[in-house]
Amino acid sequence: MNRSTDTYRGLIDKITKEYSKSLVAKIRKLAEQLKNVVKIMDFCGTHEWTITHYGIRTLIPDEVELIAGPGCPVCVTPAYYVDQLISLSLEGIEVLTYGDAVRLPASAGHTPRSLLEAKAGGGRVHIVYSFMDAVKYAKTRSNEMVFFAIGFETTMPSVASVIMKGKVPKNLSVLTAYRYTPPIVKHLLTEVGAVQLDGIIAPGHVSAVIGASSWEFIPKEYGVPTVVAGFEAIDVLAAIEKILEMKVRGKAGLINEYSRVVQWDGNKLAKQAIFEVFEVRDAYWRGIGFVRESGGFFKDKFKEHDAIREYGLKDPPADLSKEVVPGCKCHEVVLGLSKPTHCPLFMKVCRPDSPYGPCMVSVEGTCRIWAEHPEFLRLEEIKSVGAALKDLE
Amino acid sequence: MCLGIPMRIARVWSEGELKLAEVEAGGVRTEVDVSLLEDIRVGDYVIVHAGIAISKLDESEARELIKLFNEIASELS
Ligand code: SF4
Repeated sequence: MNRSTDTYRGLIDKITKEYSKSLVAKIRKLAEQLKNVVKIMDFCGTHEWTITHYGIRTLIPDEVELIAGPGCPVCVTPAYYVDQLISLSLEGIEVLTYGDAVRLPASAGHTPRSLLEAKAGGGRVHIVYSFMDAVKYAKTRSNEMVFFAIGFETTMPSVASVIMKGKVPKNLSVLTAYRYTPPIVKHLLTEVGAVQLDGIIAPGHVSAVIGASSWEFIPKEYGVPTVVAGFEAIDVLAAIEKILEMKVRGKAGLINEYSRVVQWDGNKLAKQAIFEVFEVRDAYWRGIGFVRESGGFFKDKFKEHDAIREYGLKDPPADLSKEVVPGCKCHEVVLGLSKPTHCPLFMKVCRPDSPYGPCMVSVEGTCRIWAEHPEFLRLEEIKSVGAALKDLE
Repeated sequence: MCLGIPMRIARVWSEGELKLAEVEAGGVRTEVDVSLLEDIRVGDYVIVHAGIAISKLDESEARELIKLFNEIASELS
């Protein structure tokens, strides 16, 4: 063992130290050549975390606007799944899921308001780290259980891999709330009233699975420069620099900045596993609506594992009017149409320790990320007061 | 659960058709599914998502970044 975890970390830190300054300088130089404000969407919650945590918005000129995107699975998971699982848990069917999913708010007016509240009221809910953990847990017990499978292409392989190998005990079924990311990007680029984007920082780890090539359609069909980027500050800066460069040259393309993890065609085995187990159907995104061919559901071949079939759950149910809890703008935040600070409930009714809306639940939710960076909020406040004063002049 | 963490492979074994590994990062050790990666060896870095390794980290590519940034730095000067 001649390498330690520190080697990689050390390398990244060294690169960051040596090159951040010149990247920021280059970004500023490019920004001078821009005619209009350039809007860049950072798709992933983890990108948004890096941007907020390292104050990247304060390092780059005002002409470059970074907008948080839909890359938070918990934020877009329909409330009706939560309602259905709460009912099952209260009927004695044990619900297994991730730590953030148990805090996800059910639909408006529903009590209990989350799986966690259901648990406090006698519902059977158990937190696991992964699907493999859920399988292990189910094997040691005989009661009926459902795993709540939330996520994008990054988490789909975790269920597909185990299911394919027939390793799942009979007492465990899976409720698939899986969503694919390219369809929501397409939705963002085509929907009337959507933000006009000039660049997209594409998801790094999703691309590790589906391949950087999955984003070729963005520059080709929509003329929007796209960079697949890693999650270090230096990666995000490099992505911004590359997008601006393309913008200035007037040439939209696709660049894979994260080649240390992402291959052009992705992970072949993971893609095969997803394809083998799931079929693609139109699916509902919380508060956003139906997005074409964006949901992953069990193929018939694997129907004995499917909780939706087993418990006769309606997906989607007829009534979708209660998906948004009153006042919450999470569905707008996710699409870049609102900022958390536009929400009157932000940091008042809705806080990281007591999330009211879905964007406050997970560490990938923009509201939660902003809430956990008070110094950044202070800067936002100063900026908006400054803008208001300017308007008065 | 969309967070991916680079972790180092400490041990690899098989359980039926599943390939499992013990991975380590920052002193934390955990067991993950590595069935969807070819050619996994002790000492490799992998990106782990919700209990499954989805990609191998290529250190030589990380060094490629330096080349890219050097270009930018030299363009500036
Ligand atoms: S702060 Fe809370 S209530 Fe407001 S948009 Fe965000 S998640 Fe919704």
